[in-house]
Amino acid sequence: MIKKLFPCVGKYLKQSILAPIMVICEVILETTIPLVMVEIVDRGIKLGNIKYVAQMGAIMITMALFSLMFGALSGKFAAEASMGFAKNVRKKLFDKVQDFSFANVDKFSTASLITRLTTDVTNTQMSYMMLIRVFVRSPFMLVIATFEAFRINSKLAMTFVVAIPILAIALIIIAKFAFPLFEKMLKKYDALNASIQENLIGIRVVKAFVREDHESQKFRDASEKLRDMQYKAESVIIYSMPFMQLVVYGCTLAIYWFGGNLMVAGEMQDGELLGFITYIMQILMSLMMMSMIFITLVLSRASVERIVEVFDEEVDVADNENGLTSVSDGSVEFKDVNFSYSKDKENLTLENINLSIKSGETIGIIGGTGSSKTTLVQFIPRLYDVLSGEVLVGGKNVKEYTLDALRNSVAMVLQKNVLFSGTIKENLKWGDENATDEEIYEACKAAQAHDFIMSFPDGYDTDLGQGGVNVSGGQKQRLCIARALLKKPAIVILDDSTSAVDTATDSKIRQAFREKLADTTTIIIAQRISSVCDADRIIVLDDGKIDGIGTHEELLSSNAIYREVYDSQQKGAE
Amino acid sequence: MAKNMKAPDAPKDIKKIFSRIFSYYKEYKLLVVIAVITAIFSSAASIVGTLFLKALIDTYITPIVEKAPGAPTIADFGIAVLAVGIVYIIGAVSTFTLNKIMLYISTRILDKVRTELFVKLQKLPIKFFDTHTHGELMSRFTNDVDALREMTSNSISHIFTTTLSIVSVFVTMIVLSWQLTILVVLMLFLVMFLIGKIGGNSGKYFKKQQEEIGKVNGFVEEMIEGQKVVKVFSYEETIKSDFDKINSDLCNAATKAHTFANILMPIMGNLAHAHYAITAVVGGIMAINGIITLGTVATFVQLTKSFFMPITQISQQFNSILIALAGAERIFNIIDEEPETDEGYVTLVNAEITPEGEIKETEKRTGIWAWKHPHNDGTLTYTRLTGNVEFDDVYFGYEENKTVLNGISLWAKDGQKIAFVGSTGAGKTTITNLINRFYDVPDGKIRYDGININKIKKADLRRSLSMVLQDTHLFTGTVMENIRYGKLDATDEECIAAAKLANAHSFIKHLPMGYDTLLTADGANLSQGQRQLIAIARAAVADPPVLILDEATSSIDTRTEALIEKGMDSLMEGRTVFVIAHRLSTVRNSHAIMVLEKGKIIERGNHDELIAQKGKYYQLYTGMFELS
Repeated sequence: MIKKLFPCVGKYLKQSILAPIMVICEVILETTIPLVMVEIVDRGIKLGNIKYVAQMGAIMITMALFSLMFGALSGKFAAEASMGFAKNVRKKLFDKVQDFSFANVDKFSTASLITRLTTDVTNTQMSYMMLIRVFVRSPFMLVIATFEAFRINSKLAMTFVVAIPILAIALIIIAKFAFPLFEKMLKKYDALNASIQENLIGIRVVKAFVREDHESQKFRDASEKLRDMQYKAESVIIYSMPFMQLVVYGCTLAIYWFGGNLMVAGEMQDGELLGFITYIMQILMSLMMMSMIFITLVLSRASVERIVEVFDEEVDVADNENGLTSVSDGSVEFKDVNFSYSKDKENLTLENINLSIKSGETIGIIGGTGSSKTTLVQFIPRLYDVLSGEVLVGGKNVKEYTLDALRNSVAMVLQKNVLFSGTIKENLKWGDENATDEEIYEACKAAQAHDFIMSFPDGYDTDLGQGGVNVSGGQKQRLCIARALLKKPAIVILDDSTSAVDTATDSKIRQAFREKLADTTTIIIAQRISSVCDADRIIVLDDGKIDGIGTHEELLSSNAIYREVYDSQQKGAE
Repeated sequence: MAKNMKAPDAPKDIKKIFSRIFSYYKEYKLLVVIAVITAIFSSAASIVGTLFLKALIDTYITPIVEKAPGAPTIADFGIAVLAVGIVYIIGAVSTFTLNKIMLYISTRILDKVRTELFVKLQKLPIKFFDTHTHGELMSRFTNDVDALREMTSNSISHIFTTTLSIVSVFVTMIVLSWQLTILVVLMLFLVMFLIGKIGGNSGKYFKKQQEEIGKVNGFVEEMIEGQKVVKVFSYEETIKSDFDKINSDLCNAATKAHTFANILMPIMGNLAHAHYAITAVVGGIMAINGIITLGTVATFVQLTKSFFMPITQISQQFNSILIALAGAERIFNIIDEEPETDEGYVTLVNAEITPEGEIKETEKRTGIWAWKHPHNDGTLTYTRLTGNVEFDDVYFGYEENKTVLNGISLWAKDGQKIAFVGSTGAGKTTITNLINRFYDVPDGKIRYDGININKIKKADLRRSLSMVLQDTHLFTGTVMENIRYGKLDATDEECIAAAKLANAHSFIKHLPMGYDTLLTADGANLSQGQRQLIAIARAAVADPPVLILDEATSSIDTRTEALIEKGMDSLMEGRTVFVIAHRLSTVRNSHAIMVLEKGKIIERGNHDELIAQKGKYYQLYTGMFELS
C-alpha cells in the first residue's frame, strides 16, 4: 500500500530525507543537553567552580540554540515535504480520474471520488508529516536516551531494561485490543454518515410522509450505538496513559531508591541523578508520542486504502497512444456488436448490432426508455468499449485511433449535459480553444442560441454560475449543441439534446444542420418522431436490438413499433 | 461542498460559544466535580514527585553522606520513597479516572450534539434545504463534529490539567526561590511574544490554506461532476493543467501554514532548554554563595521544564481549538435555525359516523378520518376528511419579488383527478409544494375540506396526502421496509398488496432476495423505472385521501406504464389526485386539466373541452408545440 504512494514523494524526496535528518540532529542535541547539566551540577556547583558553571552554561545555551535551529529546519522541511507529497497525491489522483473511462467513473460514483480527492488526501498528508517527523523522533530519542542513561550509570539504567519491555508489551496488547474496536467504530461512523446523507437527499420524502420523528428515532439509535462503540474503543486506549505513568513513576522511584543508595555509597553524583531523571522524561514522551502515531496511522489507513484503490483501478478504455491521429471521414460501422455494462455475456444490454452509416448521412434513433439508444452511440467516441464485435469510424476500428483524435472528430451532446462555471464564451471555447468570435457566433446561430445570448445584458460574457444555473433547460441544451459544433467534427451525436427545446426551434436547428453541416454525419436520438422523420434513415431500437431501419415512410409501413410511437404522438391531430 | 470548505472564519463570539459548549457539561455536574478533583490529584502527584528530588538530596542524601547528627537513616529514606510511591499510584489512578470520565462525558455530549443537529434538520423547512447544499450540511456532521470531538475529549481536560500544573508549578517555584522565578517570568514574556508572533502568522496562513482548499474542492467537485463532458471534449489535459495551478497554490499556502505550526514546538522546546541552562548557571552561582541549596537548584531546573512544556502544548492546540469553536458555531447556527413553524391546531383523527350521520372521534382505526377543529369559544367541530382542495387567487415566490405563481385559483372536489400541464418553470410542482405546505403562502388562500391549510397541523396535513416524486428516493433497507415507509404499521400482506397494485410485485419477486433484498445507496441497484414503481407502492400503502403524482411515471417505459395503468386507476379511485405529467396520454382522462404558463392558469377544462378550445393544449396535444 505504502509502496504505491511512494512515487508521489517525487521531487520532495530531498525534504523528506532532510526532515528526519534534522530531527535526528535535534534529538542528539536534546539528549546531550542533560549530560552537560550533569557536568554543571557535579563539577561546577558542587565544587563551587563558578567559571566552570558559566562555561558549561554557555555551551548548553549554544547547544539549545543549535537544537532550535535544527528543530525549526525539520519543521520547515517536513511541511514542505508533506504538503508537496499531498500535492502530488492529489495530482496523481486527479489525473488518474481524468483518464478514467465512463465505466470507471460509474463504478466509483462521483461523490466517492470527490471524498477521495479531498478528505482522504488531507488525512494522508497529516500521516505523512507525522511519519517523517515524529515517527523518526520518538524511537530515536528512546534509543539515545536509554543509551545515555547507560553511560551515566549502567547499574541504575538496568531499571530501563526492565521497564521498557513491560511498557512495550503493554502498549502492544492495548493496541491489539483497540485496533479492531476502532475499525468497528469507524465503520459505524461511515454508516451513520451515509444515512445522514441519504436523509438529506430524501428530505422531501421524509417530510411528505411525516417521518421526521421516525427518522430522528432511527438516528438516535444509530448515534447511540456509535457513541457506545466509541466509548468502548477509546476506553481501551486510555489505559495506556496511566499505565505508562505507573511504569515511569516506578522507574523514578527505583532510581530514587537505588540512586540514593548509590549516592550514599559514593558511587553516584547528584547531577547524575538529575540527568537520569531527565532521560526518564524523554523516554516517557517518546513512548507517548509513539502510541499517538499508531492511532493516527490506523485512522488514516482507510484513507490511504481508498486512494490506492483509485490508483489501482484499471482504466478499461485504454488510450492507443501510437494510434492514428486523424479520422478520414464520418462513416460509422457496427459489426456484430454485443455489450453489457456488467460485462455479463448472459445479460446483454446490446445484442448483435450490425449497422453501417455513410459519411454525411443523417440518422435518427427512436426507441423506448431502456432500449439502449444512448448505449449504442457511446461506442462511437469510445466512451465504452464493446464486449465483442467492432465499431469502425472512418473505416478504422475506434481502438486504432488515439482517444484525442477520435473524440475531437466525434462531437457528442450528452443527455445529461453540464456547463461549467465561467462565461458563455469560456464554455463555448471548450469546443475549440482558438475559435474566433465569428466562428462562435456561427455555431451559436446554427444551434439557435445566438439570439437569446445577445438578449442577455452581458451577451457572450454572461457568467453562467456553477453548473450553468443562470440559463433555462432549453437554453442550456442549445449552448451545449453550439459547444459541440465548434469542434467542427466529422460526426455529431445529439442524444436527446433538444428535449427542452420547443418544436419550432428544434426544427430550425435541424434545418441549420442540414444546410451548414451537410458533410457531417449527424446522429439524432429523440423521443419525438418529428425530430427524426426527415432523417436519411431512422433506426428503431427495442430492448437492445435493432428492430428496423429505414426512412420515415418505409418504417411507417413496415415497422410496428415505429407506427405505434407515431400513432401515440399523432393522436388527436387529425 | 465548495461552500463549506471556505475559510473557517474566526468564531464571532468566542465567549458565547464556549459557554454554550460548557452548558452541555451541566448534566454531568457530579462527574465534572470528580474530574476536577482527579485532575488536581493527578497534577499534584507529578509535582510531589519533582519536589521529592529536593528532599532526596537536601533531607536525606546529603545529611546521610555527611553523617550529620540526627541524620535520617537509610530506612527512613526507604519509607519516604514508599510514601512517594503511594502518591504516584494515587496520581496514576486519578489520571485514569479523569480520562475515563472525560471520555464518558465527551462521547455523550457528541452524541447529544449530533442528535440535536439531526433532529433539528428534520424540523427545518424545505426552504432551508433549498439554500444549503447536501455537502455543506454533511460537513456539519463530519468536519465540525469531529473538531468538536477533539476539543471535548482532549483539549478541554488538557487545558485544565496543564493550566493547573502551570499554576501550581509557578507557585512552587516562587516558594523555592523568588529570584529564579524572576528569570522564569522574563522568559515567559519572550515565549508569549514568540507564540503570539508565530501563532498569528500560522493562523493567517491557515486561513489562506482553507481558502485554497475551498477552491480545490470546488474545482474537483465541478470537474468530477462534469467528468463525462470533459471526456467527450477530450479536455482532460487542459483540466489537468488548470488543476495543477490551483493545486500548487494550495501546496504553497499549506506549506507556509504548516511551517509556522511546525517550528513553534522546537522553538519553544529549545528555549526551555536554554532557560534550563540559564537557571542552572544562575542557580549554581547562588548555591555556591549559599543563597539556596543544591537540592533547590536541582528541583528548580526540573520545574522549569514542567513549566514551559505545557505552555508549548497549549499553544499547539490553539489552532485546533479555534477550528473546533468555528465548527461549533456553525453547528449551533443550524440548531438555532427557525424550525418549520406550525401554528396549526386542526388535527386529523380517526372517526366513525354515527347512525344519525354525526361524526364522532374514536381511538380505532376506522378508515374514516376527520379534521378536529377547536374553536376560540372552546367548542369542537369535526369535518370529515374528503380531499377537497381549493386555491383562491394564490401568489407565491420562492424568493421575494420573484413570483412563480400569479393568481392561481382552482377547485378540486374529492375523488377528482386534476392534471397540471406546462413547461418547466411554469409552476406545476410549486402548486403541489404548497398543498403539503413545504412552503407557506400568506393566509387564507388554500383550503382543504374548507379549512384554511395554515390552520391544519403540518404533520396531519401531510399524513392525509401522499406524494410520488419524479426523483424517487429510496432508503437503505429492504424493499419491504421501503414500501412500509408509507405506513409504518403496515403488515407484510398490506405491503405486498400495494406492490401488486403498483405492478412492482413481479420484478421484486425476481430480485435475489425478493422483498428482503437490501437496497443500497438510494436504490442504485434498481433501474429508475423500478424505483418509481416502489415509490408508487410506498404511496399506495399509505392509503391517503389525496395523492400527488409529480412526474411519477416519467421513467417508466410506455409498455410498463400501460401495465400499471390499471393499478394506478384503482389506486386513484375515490381519491383526489393531482397529476403532473409530461406525457399528455397520462393526463387525458383527468376531470380537469390546468395548462400553466409563467405561473398562471391559461386554460382549464377536461380533455375534450380543451381540444375544442383549440388553444395551447390543443397545440400541445397535436404536437404543434412541445413542452420543455
